[in-house]
Amino acid sequence: MAKKVSILIVDDEESVRDSLYNWFIDDGYVVECAENAKKALSILQTKDFDIILADIKMPGMDGMEMHRRIKTLKKDPVVIIMTAFASVDTAVQALKEGAYDYVTKPFDPDDLSHLIRNASAQIALKAENVNLKNKISSLDNVEDLIGESESLKLVLKEVESVAQSNSSVIITGESGTGKELIARAIHSNSPRKYFPLISVHCGALTESLLESELFGHEKGAFTGATFNRKGRFEMADGGTIFLDEIATISPKMQIELLRVLESKTFVRVGGNKEIKSDFRVICATNRDLKSMVDSGTFREDLYYRLNVVNIKIPPLRERIDDIPLLAFYFIKKYCTSMSRDLISIEPAALKHLEALEFPGNVRELENMIERAIVIGNGKEIRLKDLPMGKDVINSSIESLEELERKHIATILNKFDWNISRSAKALRVDRATLYNKIKKYHLKQEK
Amino acid sequence: MEKQSIILISCDHFDKDICASIVEDLAHEFHYPVIFKDYDFDISDFYHPGRRQYDANSILKVVSQMSYPGSFKKIGLFRVDLFIPILTYIFGQAILNGDSGVVSHYRLRNELYGLAQSKEILNERLKKVIIHETGHMFGLIHCQNPVCVMRSSTYVEDIDQKSQNLCSKCRAELGIS
Repeated sequence: MAKKVSILIVDDEESVRDSLYNWFIDDGYVVECAENAKKALSILQTKDFDIILADIKMPGMDGMEMHRRIKTLKKDPVVIIMTAFASVDTAVQALKEGAYDYVTKPFDPDDLSHLIRNASAQIALKAENVNLKNKISSLDNVEDLIGESESLKLVLKEVESVAQSNSSVIITGESGTGKELIARAIHSNSPRKYFPLISVHCGALTESLLESELFGHEKGAFTGATFNRKGRFEMADGGTIFLDEIATISPKMQIELLRVLESKTFVRVGGNKEIKSDFRVICATNRDLKSMVDSGTFREDLYYRLNVVNIKIPPLRERIDDIPLLAFYFIKKYCTSMSRDLISIEPAALKHLEALEFPGNVRELENMIERAIVIGNGKEIRLKDLPMGKDVINSSIESLEELERKHIATILNKFDWNISRSAKALRVDRATLYNKIKKYHLKQEK
Repeated sequence: MEKQSIILISCDHFDKDICASIVEDLAHEFHYPVIFKDYDFDISDFYHPGRRQYDANSILKVVSQMSYPGSFKKIGLFRVDLFIPILTYIFGQAILNGDSGVVSHYRLRNELYGLAQSKEILNERLKKVIIHETGHMFGLIHCQNPVCVMRSSTYVEDIDQKSQNLCSKCRAELGIS
């Protein structure tokens, strides 16, 4: 059942208080009265009201002064000012001070009912707005950043402190460590969270395409520009722009970017009107920008403009403690999305995961878990559901010959050194296989 | 033990036939005996020269102090234009869960709105306002049901649109089948 709207009536005239009280009680509101502003403020210390109907002229503190003091109590009721003397000045003053409305006594019965009905609708909208904001916050929070390791906690602490500021941030870390998630976490915890977070993958776009993507273009600016298009900087107005793989942008784009970051203005491709946009920049790269600056491939001025705060995300191999947590998180995520019962992971499989190098970091672990759920028995993730040996991207550099030797040995073992079947599987003739066995000094294990 | 009564007090010389019909409908709606009484009420003390109306709050207090053995609800009928300090006019007023109420027929008359006089329409409206205010005395608040007599009415047209009966929800609240 909906909560009843509560009204506090503040008027020094008893007859007015009683009349309003009786009127609103008949309509089913929760009503209380106060004979002066002081009493009203003392009631407000302990109780919350949705609507306050206050007389403007009262002995001692008047209605306007009381309204100012209510605001300092950090309460947000709808305040309606009443007066027996209609004057435009007072009305304007009351509304300027943030009063919801202003009414002159006596009111037409219908006006009073409408006023309260509209105020109630405003209260309902406010409550709905707060609920929706909370929902958005909970959707955009940092729930995808899983981990209990000290190194990740440090990163999250940095995220928390940097989120409130407006400074540019560079997020560095190997591929798959979750740089975009960190950018999202910074944005969703910042005062800009109700404005968009616009992501641009700089590495995926050519120079001219990136220029048009970032700055937008006017109709006819180039072949195919059949309509005006807003750029990403323009879309990010009020919010955050996330430039992924910033190290890949060309020297020309570096100059353009520096100019935009300094002036926060730009011109669309093919346009001549200067456009202003208020955005925060977060960049990410898996390369060492400082050494690129030293080697002259990245502009030093741009580097310092972007590198106000640097957040380094540790690779997964440096936070092995987080692997079980992440594994369980991904199991839950994929079981839910595939509408399957929640499954477990056998200890041997978990141990195997903890021993892996994960050059693809969290992304690689996530893919492994997803694959294991798809091909597994639906009860638990077993060791054999995980990619072993050759399937795992190995970070060690092996020669082609070494790989060939290992592969031939694996096939021979699989077919119990049956040369014909092994040669058929390898799609070579028997003579070639004999030559390879000789070359790599392969022997059947007893 | 004899059931207590609702007293309908004509304070402004209302027609006995009209009152008899109201008494019957009121008793039927609330399942209580209704007694009609005349009362010689000097209303001039409650006149507000500035508003050229009569103060309903003060009149209500007087009605509340009237003593009728065996009665537990009293409703005074008036011909004059009633007001309360916050509103430009009222058709009637009663104390929620209280023992008294007042009703005026002044603004229920067609001729006030430039229409032809109609005794029937006036009686219907008066009956509805009396039942409405009596409902408040029994603790009923305004009802959202468009035809329920407890629906809030600010204009005579609103009164015309609703029925003179309580809806099933309001009846249930009073424990009336």
